[in-house]
Amino acid sequence: MNTAASDRFAIETSELTRQFGHLTAVDHIGICVPYGEIFGLLGANGAGKSTLIKMLTTLLAPTSGSATVGGFNIIKSPGDVRRRIGYVSQLLSADGALTGYENLRLSAKLYSLPKTESDQRIGDALDFMGLADSAHKLVKTYSGGMIRRLELAQAMLHRPAILFLDEPTIGLDPVARHMLWDRLLDLRRDYGMTVLITTHDMEEAETLCDKLAILHRGRVSVEGKPAELRMQLGAHATMDDVFAHYAGGLIHEGGAFSEVAQTRRTAHRLG
Amino acid sequence: MERFIRESIAIVEVELIKLIRDPTELVSRAVQPVLWLVVFGQVLAQVRGIHTGQLSYLAFITPGILAQSVLFSAIFYGIAIIWERDLGVVHKLLVSPARRSSLVFGKAVAAGFRGLVQAVVIYLIALVMHVSLRLDPLAIFAVLASVMLGSGIFATFSLIIACIVKTRERFMGIGQLLTMPLFFTSNAIYPLDIMPSWLRFIAQANPLTYLIDALRGLMITGGENVHGYAVDFLVMLVTFTVLLLVAVKLYPTLAE
Repeated sequence: MNTAASDRFAIETSELTRQFGHLTAVDHIGICVPYGEIFGLLGANGAGKSTLIKMLTTLLAPTSGSATVGGFNIIKSPGDVRRRIGYVSQLLSADGALTGYENLRLSAKLYSLPKTESDQRIGDALDFMGLADSAHKLVKTYSGGMIRRLELAQAMLHRPAILFLDEPTIGLDPVARHMLWDRLLDLRRDYGMTVLITTHDMEEAETLCDKLAILHRGRVSVEGKPAELRMQLGAHATMDDVFAHYAGGLIHEGGAFSEVAQTRRTAHRLG
Repeated sequence: MERFIRESIAIVEVELIKLIRDPTELVSRAVQPVLWLVVFGQVLAQVRGIHTGQLSYLAFITPGILAQSVLFSAIFYGIAIIWERDLGVVHKLLVSPARRSSLVFGKAVAAGFRGLVQAVVIYLIALVMHVSLRLDPLAIFAVLASVMLGSGIFATFSLIIACIVKTRERFMGIGQLLTMPLFFTSNAIYPLDIMPSWLRFIAQANPLTYLIDALRGLMITGGENVHGYAVDFLVMLVTFTVLLLVAVKLYPTLAE
């Protein structure tokens, strides 16, 4: 099952395509993300970022094409893929009716972590994310930043090789956003974790990502290191210019009603 | 198998914690059976218009009202599933390596525990109303098992509808549309043998009828079990298994 190529790359897609009726949300995408890299997916609402992430995390079957994640085919071996990935969805998936500790314990059980090990890891994760003091408070009393850090803790509890983050900082204030970035960079440093992140935030793309791919109408319109992409447009070009040039418009333009509504709902819940 | 059980227990545990922390729904669900037994049951018992053999009308409908509570509380379970989908909880569960079957089965068992609370409420009301209940431990145990199974059936059915309609608004409409016909085409408040033949035919295909039939014999002193317990439990088990298999197939589509 492991090919030479998929040993080198944490994520590798080939002609990956997903259609919804007549709409082609992801159109023959081929990307390769080496292990240990933070890879950013940029694009306007409706560009195909979330659809791509859903396919790579085995939530959605592709219409055609193929992909390997952690060396395993997403269609043939979804169970192996799931054991190697962590995922923080665009939505707020932590359960507000449970405490932070209970949310983490559920994750530990769903990933079949042994009891002794899971207690240790839950304790470590709560410390690492700065949530130890709030571990036994209901998540609905947490701030937006704390919820996101808890979700990150849940997603990394089983030490995945690859972490998928779908617009993780949407609706967060700058302090909470920087705190989340710091934790992500720590995770990469400590565990060599590969991260695939979708974002609208150009500062996030530039600060955090080793490499970016900008999607437009389901296709990769450009791929490269943030600095290289800026240089291509001229010495004074900003990341906003890069986005406007390759994503076919302004950062917040476009997007289906449901997607915009969902984003607003998440931002509202983050308060 | 061991993993399946462990994962299912994890789901049940979480649901029970939430239920204990916020029992509002359970309390509000207890109001309806009180109305049916104390008001409807008592008034109709005076009329003596429905022939229920040796049993008083109130004793006759007590198992029917328990089954109704089980049905009503389980059939809206899909709303919670859609809510979890909107929150992203479903996505998180489905990205984990936990088996889809454990996730769905865990939800069904959790619904069963909600049903047990309804059973306790009905027993208490029935005792206050002097309904002649069978109180031997084996009978009570069998009642609780039937209630768990019945809740599992309707909660899984509800989950399937949730997977198909995917929005709360549509679900509410369909939920309302299903509960009353399921209730009235069963033997809950009138016996099978006084039904016109077309209605009896529908009632025989309604799983609620088998739940009520089992409960009537197990709960009430002198209550008649028409089909035989083996048939009742077999029909319920087969229905549950089929619904479970369909739900396991459909549940992942919630995250698409």
